[in-house]
Amino acid sequence: MGFGLLFATALGSLGSNKLRASLTLLGIVIGVSSVIAMMAVGRGAQVSVTARISELGTELITVRPGAQALRFAFFGGGGSSDVLSFSDALALEDDVFAPDVRFVAPENSFSGTATVGRENTFLNGVGITAEYLEARNLEIALGRNISNADVLNSSLVVVLGSETSESLFGQRDPVGAIMKIQGREFTVIGVLESQQGTIFNPDNSLLVPITTTHYRLNNGGGPIESMPVSSINVLARDEKAVDDARTEISTVLRLRHKLGPDDEDDFSITTQQDTIETLEGTQGTFVILLGSIAGISLLVGGIGVMNIMLVSVTERTREIGIRRAVGAKRRDILLQFVTEAVLMTFAGGVLGVAAGWAIAYFGDGATIAGDVIETVIETNIAFLALGVSVAVGLFFGIYPAIRAASLDPIEALRHE
Amino acid sequence: MTISTPADDSMPPVIELTNVTREFQVGSQVVRALDGISLTIQHGEMVAITGPSGSGKSTLMNTIGCLDTPTSGSFFLNGNDVSGLSDDQLAEIRSRQLGFVFQSYNLLPRETALANVELPLKYSGGFGGRRRRETARRALDRVGLGHRYDHKPVQLSGGEQQRVGIARALVTNTDLILADEPTGNLDTKSSSEVMKMLQSLNDEDGKTIVIVTHDPEIAGATKRIVTFRDGRIIEDRPSDRILQRGQTGSQKLEIE
Repeated sequence: MGFGLLFATALGSLGSNKLRASLTLLGIVIGVSSVIAMMAVGRGAQVSVTARISELGTELITVRPGAQALRFAFFGGGGSSDVLSFSDALALEDDVFAPDVRFVAPENSFSGTATVGRENTFLNGVGITAEYLEARNLEIALGRNISNADVLNSSLVVVLGSETSESLFGQRDPVGAIMKIQGREFTVIGVLESQQGTIFNPDNSLLVPITTTHYRLNNGGGPIESMPVSSINVLARDEKAVDDARTEISTVLRLRHKLGPDDEDDFSITTQQDTIETLEGTQGTFVILLGSIAGISLLVGGIGVMNIMLVSVTERTREIGIRRAVGAKRRDILLQFVTEAVLMTFAGGVLGVAAGWAIAYFGDGATIAGDVIETVIETNIAFLALGVSVAVGLFFGIYPAIRAASLDPIEALRHE
Repeated sequence: MTISTPADDSMPPVIELTNVTREFQVGSQVVRALDGISLTIQHGEMVAITGPSGSGKSTLMNTIGCLDTPTSGSFFLNGNDVSGLSDDQLAEIRSRQLGFVFQSYNLLPRETALANVELPLKYSGGFGGRRRRETARRALDRVGLGHRYDHKPVQLSGGEQQRVGIARALVTNTDLILADEPTGNLDTKSSSEVMKMLQSLNDEDGKTIVIVTHDPEIAGATKRIVTFRDGRIIEDRPSDRILQRGQTGSQKLEIE
C-alpha cells in the first residue's frame, strides 16, 4: 500500500471516531505545549540573567576573601575569615604589578535597621568608596555620590536605592533629610537611578562610606589599612585585559598574604564571564528540569495514545481480518496502525507547538508573583518537540500495531 | 471480466489437494480437522462443499483460501505449490488469485460500497486511484449495483450487501471465488438472487466457484457436490441439476 493510500486510510479511521481521536490528541497537545512554554520561560530567564550581568560590564572582576567554590561565593557572599583588607584593595591599583587594573572599588556589606520618623525597616546596605558606582555601572539620580572625603572622614552620609527611597520617604525628595541607621543619624546625600532588575539590584539597598560601615556601624577599630572588606570590585583596563588582570590580582594578593608555592589561594577571583557561565549552567539545569517536568505530561499523552490504539485494535479485529483476507500483508496492517498513531501525535505536536508558542508569546512580559516573566521561543525547540511527538507516536503506536499485525486472520474474521 | 473459457487439458487444475491433513492442538489433544483429503477442482467448475458442522469444510475453505496452511500433504493452486509459502506470499496470492465471499458479508461498515470493492486493489497494488475506482465500478455494475456506489453497508439490504461482497471478490479479476455460506444470513428471495449471480458468474464469466453450505438447495444449485464428514470426503458427485441435464455420470465414494 502506497503512502498516500496509507495516509488516507489512517485519516479515515481517525475521522470515524472524532471525539476519541481529539481527546487522545489533546493529551499530546498539552504535553507538547507545556514543553514549549516551559522551555521558553526557562530560556527567557537564562537570557535575561546573562543580559543583566553583561550590563554590569564585562571588565568587572570580583575578589572575595576565602577560597570558596564560585557558586557559594556568588550566592553566599564572603566567608567569615577576614583575609581581604582595605590595603589589599589599594595594592591592586599598582601600575607596576597590576598594569591591567584600571581601578578598584572595595565594598563592605552590612545589614541593619533604618529608621525614618517612627518607622523601622530592616535593610541590606553596602559600604563603598567613590569608585563603586562606576564599577557597578550605577548612576546618581538625585543629589551626589559618596566622595573620597566622606570615606576618609567616615561621614554619616547615605545614598539610597530608588526603592529604598520610595519606601522610606515616599514621593518626597529625600536629599538633605535625616534618617537613622542602627540608631545613628545619617544625612541622605543622594538617590540612585532605578536599575529595574533582579540580579545585583541596588534599588532596595543603601550605600554609605566603607569606613563608616567599619568604624560607625560595626564598631570596628584599628587603622584604615587593616580594615576588612567583604569584596573588592576590580575594573580591568578593557575586556581583553580581564585574564591578565586576574593573574596580576592573584600574584599581588599571594605576595601580600605571603602564600608559599604550595599554598592555595585564600581569596577567590570571579570575572563576569565566570559568573555568566556558572549562572547559565544553573539556569540550564533549571531549563532541563522544567522541560523534563513538561516532558512527563508528553509521556502521559503517549501512554494515552497507546491505550486508545490497543482499544482500537480490539474493536477493529474483524476489520483487520477482512483486510488480511483480501490481501493485506502483516506489514500493511502494521503500517496502518502506526500511521494512525503517528498522525495523531504529529497533529497533537503541531497544535501543541502552536499553543505553546501562543502561551509564550502572550506570556512574555507578564507579571507573576511580582516577577516579570520573559520568554524566549527557540525554533529548534519547536522542531525538536515536533520530532519528539512523532517519536512518541512511533514508540507508543508500534506495540498496538504489532498486536494488530500478528492477529490470525481466521480468528480475526470470526471475531464478533 | 474474462469471457468463459472451457477448461482444457493444458491448463493445470485450479485446486489440487493431495492427501492434505490439518491438525489443531486443542488443550492436550490433537484434533485432525482434515484427514487425508485429496480433491481436484478444474477451471470453470462450480462446487458445493457440504457436511455437518465440524466436518472440516471450513478448514478446507481456509486452506484453499490461503488463510491456513496444511499440516501435511500438498496443495497446488493454479499449478503452483502453495504449502510452503510465507505469510506475505500467501497474502499476495489472496489479493491476486482468489476472492472471498463471507456469510456475514464482512464489509467495512464505515466505507461506501465502492470503497469496499476497491479494498483488494489497494493491497494488490499497481492501480492508480482513478483506474481502481473504474475497475471497482465495473465490478459493482456486473453484480447489478451500478446505482449503489456511494451507499454504505447499512443503507443496503442483505442481498445487496452480499452482492457488494461478490463484487469485491470479482474486482481483482481472479478466476477463483470462495464463498462460505454466502446465503446463510439471507431470506429465500435474496438467497436465490445471490445464487443466480454466482451461477451467472460461473456460466457466463467462466469463474471457478467453490461454495461451502449446509443447505441442500444451495448445494443443488451448483454442478458438483462434495460431502464431508469427520475430516474426510464421503461423497463427491455431480448435482441433480447436472444429472438432469445428463452431462456427466455419477461417481459415488463409499467410505466404510
